[in-house]
This record gives sequence, structure tokens and C-alpha cells, in this order.
Amino acid sequence: MAYASDAPKDGFRPSMLIYDTRYRGYTIQFIVLLLFALFVAWLLNNTLENLAAKGRTFNFGFLWSRAGYDIEQTLVPYTNDNSHFRAWMVGLANTLAVAIPGCILATIVGVIVGVLRLSKNWLIARLMTVYVEIFRNIPLLLWILMIFVPMRELTYEPRDFRVTDEMIAAGQEPAASMWFNDSVAISTRGINAPLPLFDRPLGSLNLGGVSVNLTFLAALVIVLGSVWVNRQIRARAQRVQESTGVRPTTWWQSVLVLTLPFIAFLLATGFHLEYPTLTRFNFSGGILLQHSYTALLIALVLYTGAFIAEIVRGGILAISRGQTEASYALGLRPGRTMSLVILPQALRVIIPPLISQFLNLTKNTSLGIAVSYLDLRGTLGGITLNQTGRELECMLLMMLNYLILSLMISSVANIYNRSIQLKER
Amino acid sequence: MKTSVFLGTIAASALLAGAASAQATLEAVKARGELICGSNTGLTGFGAPDANGEWKGFDVSLCRALAAAVLGDATKVQFVPTTGETRFTSLASGEVDVLIRNSTWTFTRDTELAFDFVSVNYYDGQGFMVKKDLGVSSAKELDGATVCIQTGTTTELNLADFFKANNMSYTPVNVADDSEAAAQYLAGACDTYTTDASGLAASRATMADAANHIILPEIISKEPLGPVVRHGDNNWGDIVRWTQYALVMAEELGITAANVEEVAASTTNPEVRRLLGLEGDMGVKIGLDNDFAKRAIMAGGNYGEIFEANIGSSTPIGLARGLNALWTQGGLQYAPPFR
Repeated sequence: MAYASDAPKDGFRPSMLIYDTRYRGYTIQFIVLLLFALFVAWLLNNTLENLAAKGRTFNFGFLWSRAGYDIEQTLVPYTNDNSHFRAWMVGLANTLAVAIPGCILATIVGVIVGVLRLSKNWLIARLMTVYVEIFRNIPLLLWILMIFVPMRELTYEPRDFRVTDEMIAAGQEPAASMWFNDSVAISTRGINAPLPLFDRPLGSLNLGGVSVNLTFLAALVIVLGSVWVNRQIRARAQRVQESTGVRPTTWWQSVLVLTLPFIAFLLATGFHLEYPTLTRFNFSGGILLQHSYTALLIALVLYTGAFIAEIVRGGILAISRGQTEASYALGLRPGRTMSLVILPQALRVIIPPLISQFLNLTKNTSLGIAVSYLDLRGTLGGITLNQTGRELECMLLMMLNYLILSLMISSVANIYNRSIQLKER
Repeated sequence: MKTSVFLGTIAASALLAGAASAQATLEAVKARGELICGSNTGLTGFGAPDANGEWKGFDVSLCRALAAAVLGDATKVQFVPTTGETRFTSLASGEVDVLIRNSTWTFTRDTELAFDFVSVNYYDGQGFMVKKDLGVSSAKELDGATVCIQTGTTTELNLADFFKANNMSYTPVNVADDSEAAAQYLAGACDTYTTDASGLAASRATMADAANHIILPEIISKEPLGPVVRHGDNNWGDIVRWTQYALVMAEELGITAANVEEVAASTTNPEVRRLLGLEGDMGVKIGLDNDFAKRAIMAGGNYGEIFEANIGSSTPIGLARGLNALWTQGGLQYAPPFR
């Protein structure tokens, strides 16, 4: 007698890779992956073959040879005797010197403008709209040049600040003079400002190639310590108020705690300001903020700020009107409603697109080349690349560098993002 | 922005699977019917478009002579403007056939960068330009000055060496190209602008107040400038080299654009006959025809004529022949014998 045949066993047969929908997906993915890997291998092989055909090698040894060129702004100690690697680090520091303050300032500008754009004040709201539309719709490069060129063209050369004996005798005034009681000079070269110095610095600590300025560290610890003590004082006052109903007067304690240790620190380390003075060609002493740096920073902040403003506005509009009304019903004023109720909720919508604006800003610092700002692109991807002729190596290093920077920014921002996400319990 | 250009060239050089392989430049130029010449972005006198958009200049004339020699038509040249930063990448990737753009012959460029500097068409040296009213008369007085400098050049390295050797300090302003450097200098963003002395003279000629700028007497480096080709295609290198030498030779032999036909018809001098292709098979040996040198001379004249027409003392740039006079007149321009 015939038995109905069993249902097919759950064994695996190779033909199932094609005919079984459960496995077909894997097959296709595998084939695509294979083709992609082959394509990448072909590209790599082709590059290496062509390099060999041109008699070029591929190695990173050039990073340790003498750079031989000078850089205007060096946040990391550097002379032309240092290696190309060091020059790269100088460039990286210059990139970060724009990117970090840029992200912070752009956020501040963006939040303020975003909120103001929703203002009921017709004039303010329209002004903010004009700002956002102008900056969003004109290329960043033009903004950088637009800010840089007037700074260079409309200022005076350092020698125009000079006062000679003949001029005093003739009762003439120099063409230009310094600001703020002869402490700040704005010339064609940049902005010279006083530099804080310490007669008795605490020295610095060398941690594997990275030197940490102990004076700065100590100042930071003292400030943070004062703030912490101040919070303890206020917390105590709060407890006293809650138990007795009378809040003790603490403002003088706060003032003392916040200022005294810092002043004592400044006195102990011999704090003073070094003022810029005019020498034969330039102002020397003090800090020089190049116009290229200032222009790049301002342009990036205003440009990215316009995008952030739109993100903030969108985030606020995403919070239902009921929240505001409920807040008003509880008696909160509009300002408190915004800062305590709306913004904290809007952050959840704002943060993810904000991260990509930070990434954009960081990558856009490479436009500094247009105003001769030597960042990562100017040093490693510009002069080093040209002097050594290692296009491929320099470009790969630079891409890797920007990639790592961007990944670091997004991972930090993602940690923050998770901390403000809606907690589902 | 620039990054994508570089990546593009890298990707392109990777993808052009050996299309521009070793011996092929001459065939490629002939097949294309056009020579692609890497030129300056605009250095008056050496290589810049004039008011009608036509490229003119000392380096440009060599490109035209080369086109005349190879293709028989001096107008069949496409000029690709390159900056100090992009020039070598353009050449290495095969974007241009030859780079004739005030490029200094150095060891590293000749060896490690895998190029060949086939000859020297201008012997130059690095100088400094300052405004007259700055009151500086020597480069040794520039301690503490701010210096505008073009990035990616040999001058950048010479500058660092010069100041170090003289125990002076300076602040560099690293600028991407000549015109921007001149703009920075004029605006007063730097006290002095340094590049090859010929480049300074050329920049000065374009300034509205040219008389207010002086070039300091110190020449701080040797800058032999010449046409550059890629390593590996020796035949193409020979063509560029001997076209340049043919122009120098023509000056030595007194052959000009005006009299070349006449000389060719009447001459009995064997050296002239070899140069003009009336005797022997010089041209055929490098893959051209025998009157390649004659065509090159007809394109813009001999070396001396090109010099005088573009940068000589009668032009606004006003450079003296100096080191670039013929060897018979105390200069360094010396063509090996055509035989």
C-alpha cells in the first residue's frame, strides 16, 4: 500500500540556495559581497601596478624626514627641523582649533536664532529669517572670503601704527592706533592681543610626547573646585530653607569662594599680561590671531549656525502645542516654558541632525586653504604632499584623519544623545 | 573641494589601466591632434592668457614650438593651468603631456617623484620684493618680517634655509598661487613677497604702482626652471629636450623666424643644414619628420627672440638676459651639438 510520502526532511541541499526563498537572500548577498571585494581588489591591484609602472613606491617613511617648511600658526611646538609627522600634528591642532570652538559657537548661535525665529516679535522673527536664508543659500567659501578680504583690506599695516619723533614734533597722529589702552592692535596681519603669562609657572608634565601645562591644569582644578564648594553652600542654604523656611544669606560666601582662591592662585604664580609692542616689521609679544583663523571661524559659525537654527526650530515645532499650553496652565512664564519644558523635549529631535552639522563644520574647516590657513589640508594634504610627492599616502592619511575625527565627534555626541533619549521603563 | 580633485586624479590614474603606458605619449599626442601643456595659472610674461584669451608668454612659446615640431601647427595646444600644488599631480596622472611652468629642477623631483627635467629654459634664483617705503635695502635686514610665500614650491624651503642660515626669524603666510600672493602682499598682509626673481619681475609688471616696489639684490637660491615630463617615456623626453635645444641652437646660428626659409634655401653650413633637416635624419630618429626644428623656429622665433618678445628688456617685465644669455656671450644657455 502506498503511504503518503513524508514531508521533506529539514536537511539542507545546495539547490535550496537558489530555489528556497529562505536561503536565496543569503546567496544574493554573498555574490554581491564577493563582487564588491573583487572590485576593491581590482582597484587596489590596478593602483599598485600603475604606481610600479611609474616607478613609484608606496610607503610612509617620508613622515619621519625633515619637513623644512614653516607654519604661521603653531599650537604644537614646531620648527622647520621637525618631521613631516610633526607638521601633520600642527595641522591637526590647527584644524581642531577651528572645529571645537566652531561647534560650540555654532550651537549657541543656532539655538538662539532658532528660538528667536519663532518669536512673536515680527521684527526679530523676520530678521532671523533673513539671516538664516542668506547664510544657508550662499556657498561657505564665498562667506569665508567675504569676511576675510575686508579684514585684510580695510585695516592698517603695522608700520602705520608707528609714532616717530618727527611726527610728535610735527604734531601728527599715526594713521592707526591700538585699542583698549594700547593693548589690542588690529592690523592687516591679524589681531594682536595681550597674552597671560606667569612669572612662576608650575611647569609642564610630559605624558608620552604630549606635554600638559600644569599651570593651566591647576587653574582649571581651582575653578572647578570653587564652583563645587559654591554648590555645596547653596545646597546647604536650600536645606536650611526647607527645614526652617528662612534662607540664610550666602551671597558673600559665594563671592569669596568663587574669587579668592583664583586671585590667590594668580598672585602665587605671578600672573601678568604681556602686551604686544611694535617692532621693526610687526607687533611682537602677546597673542596673534591671524585674520585667516578669525575669518574661517566666523564664517563657519555663522554658516553652520544657520543650519542649526533650522534644526532647532524644527525640533521646537515638533513638540505639540499642548505641552506649551499645559505649561502655561501651571503658571510657567514663556521663558521658563521654553527652557524647562519645550527645549528638553525638543533636544531628542534636535540632537541627531545636530551631530551631522558638527561633522559638516569639522570637515568644512578644510576650506581654510582659501585664506591661507594651514590646517590638516594645508600641511599634510598641501605642503607635505607637494614637497614629498606622496599624493596617495598623504590623501589616505588625510581621509583617515578626517574619518577618525568625525567618528570621534559622532560617538561622543551619540553618548549624549542616548542620555537624553526618552527612557522607557 | 581640492581634495576631490586630487582623489579624482588618483582614481583616474588608477582606472586608466596603463592607458598612458611608457612609450605612448607621442602616439597619444598625434592621435589626439593636440598637445596638452601644463601651464601657469597666470604669470604675465611666462604663461598667461592675454586680453583675447590667447595664451602668451615665454613658457607658452615653448609649448607652441613643441606643438609645431610634433603636430606641424603651433596653435594645436591646449593649456591646462596648474598651481604650484597641483602641477606635479597633473603631470603624474597623465592629465598633461608636458609641464612647462617655471618648475625648478631638483633631485627629489627628478628621482623620487619620477619626473624628468629635460632641459633648462630659464636659469633663475629666488629673490625678495618689498615696498620702497619700507626702507629695506637688503634681504639680511628682514629679521622679524612677515613673508608671503607660495606653498608647494622650492622657494618655501629655500626661505626657511635662508633665514636659518642668517639667524633671523620670520612669519610665513603660505599662499596657494602667484596672484593671491601678490594680492596679500599689496594689501600689506606681509612685508615681503618671495619667489623666483623672474616671477617677482612679472608680478611687479602687473602692479598699478610698479615703481613703488623694489626687488632686493640678494638671490638666495639656484632655480633652474625647465620643461618636465614623466619618467619612462624617454622618446618623448628627447623630443621636448631637442625642441628646446633647437631654439637655442637657432639663436647661436643666427636663424630667426623671419629668415629661416631664406637660410634653409641658401645655406651651405653643415650644422645649419642638419638642424633644419636638409641633411641627415635627426627628426626621424626621434619619431618626427626632419624639419621639426624648422617648424619649431618658425612658430615663435629662436630662444633669444622668444625671450625678448615676452620678458626681455623692451617688455614691461624688463628682465636682462643675464645667466640666460648664450654661452658665447657669457651666459649658461648651451645646446649640445646636433649631430
